[in-house]
Amino acid sequence: MSAPIKTPAAETLSRPAGLAGLASDWASDQRTFKNVSWGKAMMWIFLLSDTFVFGCFLLAYMAARMSTTVPWPNPSEVFALEIAGTHMPLILIAIMTFVLISSSGTMAMAVNCGYRRDRRKTAILMLVTALFGATFVGMQAFEWSKLIAEGVRPWGNPWGAAQFGSSFFMITGFHGTHVTIGVIFLLIVARKVWRGDFDTERRGFFTSRKGHYEIVEITGLYWHFVDLVWVFIFAFFYLW
Amino acid sequence: MVDVRSGIGEALPPPEVEDVELYHPHSWWTRYVFSQDAKIIAIQYATTAIAIGMVALVLSWLMRLQLGFPGTFDFIDADAYYQFITMHGMIMVIYLLTALFLGGFGNYLIPLMVGARDMVFPYANMLSYWIYLLAVLVLVASFFAPGGPTGAGWTLYPPQAVLSGTPGGKDWGIILMLSSLIIFIIGFTMGGLNYVVTVLQGRARGMTLMRLPLTVWGIFTATVMALLAFPALFVACVMMLFDRLLGTSFFMPAIVEMGEQLQHGGGSPILFQHLFWFFGHPEVYIVALPAFGIVSDLISTHARKNIFGYRMMVWAIVIIGGLSFIVWAHHMYVSGMNPYFGFFFATTTLIIAVPTAIKVYNWVLTLWRGNIHLTLPMLFALGFIVTFVNGGLTGLFLGNVVVDVPLSDTMFVVAHFHMVMGVAPIMVIFGAIYHWYPKITGRMLNEALGQIHFWVTFIGAYLIFFPMHYVGLVGVPRRYYELGEMAFVQESVHTLNAFISVMALIVGAAQIVFLFNLVWSLRRGREAGGNPWRATTLEWQTPETPPPHGNWGKDLPVVYRWAYDYSVPGAPEDFIPQNQPTPSRVGHEAVS
Repeated sequence: MSAPIKTPAAETLSRPAGLAGLASDWASDQRTFKNVSWGKAMMWIFLLSDTFVFGCFLLAYMAARMSTTVPWPNPSEVFALEIAGTHMPLILIAIMTFVLISSSGTMAMAVNCGYRRDRRKTAILMLVTALFGATFVGMQAFEWSKLIAEGVRPWGNPWGAAQFGSSFFMITGFHGTHVTIGVIFLLIVARKVWRGDFDTERRGFFTSRKGHYEIVEITGLYWHFVDLVWVFIFAFFYLW
Repeated sequence: MVDVRSGIGEALPPPEVEDVELYHPHSWWTRYVFSQDAKIIAIQYATTAIAIGMVALVLSWLMRLQLGFPGTFDFIDADAYYQFITMHGMIMVIYLLTALFLGGFGNYLIPLMVGARDMVFPYANMLSYWIYLLAVLVLVASFFAPGGPTGAGWTLYPPQAVLSGTPGGKDWGIILMLSSLIIFIIGFTMGGLNYVVTVLQGRARGMTLMRLPLTVWGIFTATVMALLAFPALFVACVMMLFDRLLGTSFFMPAIVEMGEQLQHGGGSPILFQHLFWFFGHPEVYIVALPAFGIVSDLISTHARKNIFGYRMMVWAIVIIGGLSFIVWAHHMYVSGMNPYFGFFFATTTLIIAVPTAIKVYNWVLTLWRGNIHLTLPMLFALGFIVTFVNGGLTGLFLGNVVVDVPLSDTMFVVAHFHMVMGVAPIMVIFGAIYHWYPKITGRMLNEALGQIHFWVTFIGAYLIFFPMHYVGLVGVPRRYYELGEMAFVQESVHTLNAFISVMALIVGAAQIVFLFNLVWSLRRGREAGGNPWRATTLEWQTPETPPPHGNWGKDLPVVYRWAYDYSVPGAPEDFIPQNQPTPSRVGHEAVS
């Protein structure tokens, strides 16, 4: 909170720590969140808004699940796989979760390398993150096709409440879309890092603004958010 | 309370951020069409919103023709009537009011008032407008789709919204409506993030949050609310679209249609209502808060007096914004939810009256012994205060469960919300246009035409909506295509309905005077100069009028004082601009 403010003239201005710092930031001119760039502030506020989207999806799903009069299919059984003759409940979901959380790890490393201006490592780590993300989406596609083959449809399924299928496709679909967008976003930024755009301060095609390594962190914020949302989906949809 | 200290004794802190580099347009297309300049985007937003608003105005004429003179017009059948109702409501609330206040005034005023060169992300800002335009076009397309637009009512309640008895329910109407809303929300989010980040992170030196003009506070708070409320509508639209297209049963219970059991089952229509009103109630304040903010500035400027209780006004805006998220179910007293909820929601609803009343008192106290200039913006501001108090009082009726139940779904409700979130914010929009038109175009709007516009609109609005309260009190239900031979409907109701309809036609026609004035004054209006109202806020201090791309020329403004230094004793003029340092003796007295 109390890190000094950096000015363009490379001066540093100190500010009080703790609550007094909070108050002085909000009472100050120019910027409420000191040393926070526009891009980062925008991403945080967007994520807050997106939290409400996922929150509404999950609440709607919970309302449907709690008010249903027919049995809700047992997720541990529905999402079980038969591997080498062993019946393993939720195994695919566990692997997917592991992959996504690992991708958050590589993303964090990419951010670190980005700020050390290690062009090569940053790009590679972002590509690895994108690869994990794509793997996640691929496994989700496998999961979808397996359920569809077993007769799960948005309007019904063989085991009970129709809302099971509709909520499943809607929520995982919406999350999967977020992951896919994240992968595309990662690939675009990785390409820019690789090309050295942020070392040469190359200007954006549309915005004509100079690029900075900070975009790696902003991408990371989005990526961690998508990961965090998955944890909630995992808990509320699969483990409940 | 009066924040004029910095710049007198204490040194201004050094700048924390570099001046921004703007995107430089090279062609006519990137300068005027795909422009990244917030001011051009604002004008694009406003023009589109007003254009689609005119469609909604004509729809209200058609509705009133049917209600006033039932059976006279062959082309208005029951289906068409419901389509008019639905599209009128949806267009007015979302595509006109929300878009005009946030996309129009937000884009124009935020960067100018906080002393920025532009919004923080001009490219996303431009996309926001074009996506909004797409949403409007999808909406308009539903008029030409087979089966016509949806007739589900602006609340789009399922299950009826997606059944064949409702116009557009099994055709394209509802699909296009929901798609249009989804597109609108995506576009709005891009703009909304811009407005919020610009206010939080893009202000001029010396511009603290507590020196922002109340206009900016109103638009800012409304935008934050919109970013948190629209997700609920987004989710509701996606789910209903799935119910309609994929046959899911999120909102669809087991239901028999035309003697046939549908495939749906187990869904909850109440769930939709909760999602819809979690958006829908904050939406009322998304429209009202910018109006509150703008009207505060109009009153202060045109009464040549500082706003009374600036801090209280700011906190009232923020508190209203917060409270409006926990009152949504007062729209659902008769929906069949747990009756105990009614108690909670009635309480929170009535608590909102406290900060709102503070604001009304402060406006009146600002006028008190002010040097009131009855200019057009002031007339509209006064019209707003009166209308808002009227609408607010009937809100107290409807907020109480026991009083609301018999009034539910009567014309009383229609009269109430038209007063409070129809006429009142529109008054502010008119006032604001008369106020800022000189800055936008460099010319004044014609005064005589404006007077005609104001008086016909103001008196006409009362002649429309006052009788409507009575019609509602005697029990006439709303959303009825025709009343027919109902025993409880007195003869007087029919007479009043005809009267209301004639008034509606006249008030609607007065808006044509306004549109004519907008176009006519563009060329022939009186030259306005940079600051015709002698106002303090930054947008009037730009080096050029209308302000060019980048707003401020070479140097960004530096702010030394709050936005309300009117009639300061001892000052050479009766206003001191926000960017004027205080070398005179006045400042020292004010501080001590």
